[in-house]
Amino acid sequence: MAAAGWLALPAAAWATICFLLPLAILFATSFQSGDGAPFGVFARIFGDSYYRDVIANTVVYASVVTFACLAIGYPFALALVRLPGWLQALGMIAILLPLTASAIVKTFGWTILLRTTGLVNKLLMAIGAIDAPIRILFTLPGLYLGTINMLLPFMILPIFAVMRRIDPTLLDAAATLRSGPVDRFLRVTLPLSLPGAFAGFSIVFSLASSAYVIPTLLIGERHKVLSKVIAHNFLVANDPALGAGLAVVLLIFCTSMIALAARFGRARKES
Amino acid sequence: MARVFIVLGRFWALLVIVFLLAPIFVTVAVSFSPSAVFDFPVDRLSTRWYERLSRQSSFWEALGTSAWIASVSTLLAVALATPAAIAIATRAIPGARTLAGLLTSPLMMPGLVVGIAFLQAFRAVGLRDAQTCLVIAHVIITLPYIVRTLLASLHLFDFSLIDAARTLGSTWPGAVAKVLLPALFPAVVTGSAFAFLASFDNYSISLFLVDVTARTLPIQVLNYLETGADPTIAAISTILLCFTVLALLLADRIVGVRRLDLG
Repeated sequence: MAAAGWLALPAAAWATICFLLPLAILFATSFQSGDGAPFGVFARIFGDSYYRDVIANTVVYASVVTFACLAIGYPFALALVRLPGWLQALGMIAILLPLTASAIVKTFGWTILLRTTGLVNKLLMAIGAIDAPIRILFTLPGLYLGTINMLLPFMILPIFAVMRRIDPTLLDAAATLRSGPVDRFLRVTLPLSLPGAFAGFSIVFSLASSAYVIPTLLIGERHKVLSKVIAHNFLVANDPALGAGLAVVLLIFCTSMIALAARFGRARKES
Repeated sequence: MARVFIVLGRFWALLVIVFLLAPIFVTVAVSFSPSAVFDFPVDRLSTRWYERLSRQSSFWEALGTSAWIASVSTLLAVALATPAAIAIATRAIPGARTLAGLLTSPLMMPGLVVGIAFLQAFRAVGLRDAQTCLVIAHVIITLPYIVRTLLASLHLFDFSLIDAARTLGSTWPGAVAKVLLPALFPAVVTGSAFAFLASFDNYSISLFLVDVTARTLPIQVLNYLETGADPTIAAISTILLCFTVLALLLADRIVGVRRLDLG
């Protein structure tokens, strides 16, 4: 094979100069605190209860959203694989159409659904859950509902992709061996679909912990998460060292979650 | 027992389908509503907001900026990614896997962090022109989509075809141009479609790079939403949605999106 290695040079150079270098500068900025201490910014972040609360808010928000997406998305993917043709096509549209729509568009749709005269309130009153309209927009339940809705496709897609590839003869074989439906699920489908669940888990967690537009439009200033405090420090407060420090915290947080999920996914495959 | 599971499964699937499509359905419906207070359900149809939209030049300017930046950055990304993917797939360079990882990693990074990293870097080198900043950053956003589809396509390519072409007297570049590149064309089209849309929809990185001279559509929509909105937003969202669906159908017509590995 006479392929020349220099073919990769332009892309490698672009990615290094325009991607790795800016990230390196960001890391470097976070270590400049003005008072000379190399970890000054991080001491300030973890020493201040305000920033500790922001970090805790982000962790709780990302975790609740991720587990909710898993709880809703996994059974959905499981059902979708077994749906008859036209219903499965509808299901695919329901996953892919929201993915092609901008997050801003969907968030806007939720602000209409969640207002006091909105459909969610009417629905809740119709089933008798509430007597009078309640405020959902700009509250935590509204934020969670909207975020789960928007990140759900990212959980379903990888699980569905893996489940579709499971050889149906495996389930037939298990049935021949007198394995019941629950047993078949626990021993065949679940172990084989776990890599997809881990992939979905890491993507959704990473997206939720860095979501910016969704919390801005659905809850505003009442609920502080890392992404909003970072943006504030760069765009308004002009404190790049603190912003960079918080960004490094967020980055380490996301990448370690992804690495952890990848680790679990691989360990399952090998065993 | 098994029947119960099937019925429950279908019921759950329908519920989730309704949930997933709800915000999109509502946005489209509201764009045709006659009132300014986002009435839903809509009882009477009106194109009032589309007419209003046609008079708002700021949206059309932003649409032009977005289309221009998405086109330029997708073209640049294709030019960078195609040779790189060939070098990676043929293992012509040491650390091929590392390079593939580097080129696709922006997809997994929190967009906000990448955005401020760009903001700082551009400030540090004194690059002020927003349009240039946006293109440089959007190439990084679009690269992963093109690299991924190209690598998947190259994985299926039979490289002995190139050797066969060379036995028949072709030079290596000639064999690549006549045999490999035509085989990669469908992957380039699908990858570009997704890359274009990713750039066109991006706000988390653009947010930090726009200024008054160059404002992309998502940022324009976001600003409009934050400063008290009316259903004009729903109208432009509906148009964007139609545009996206058309782009994907077109890509599907040319090459078949189903061939794409969605996992």
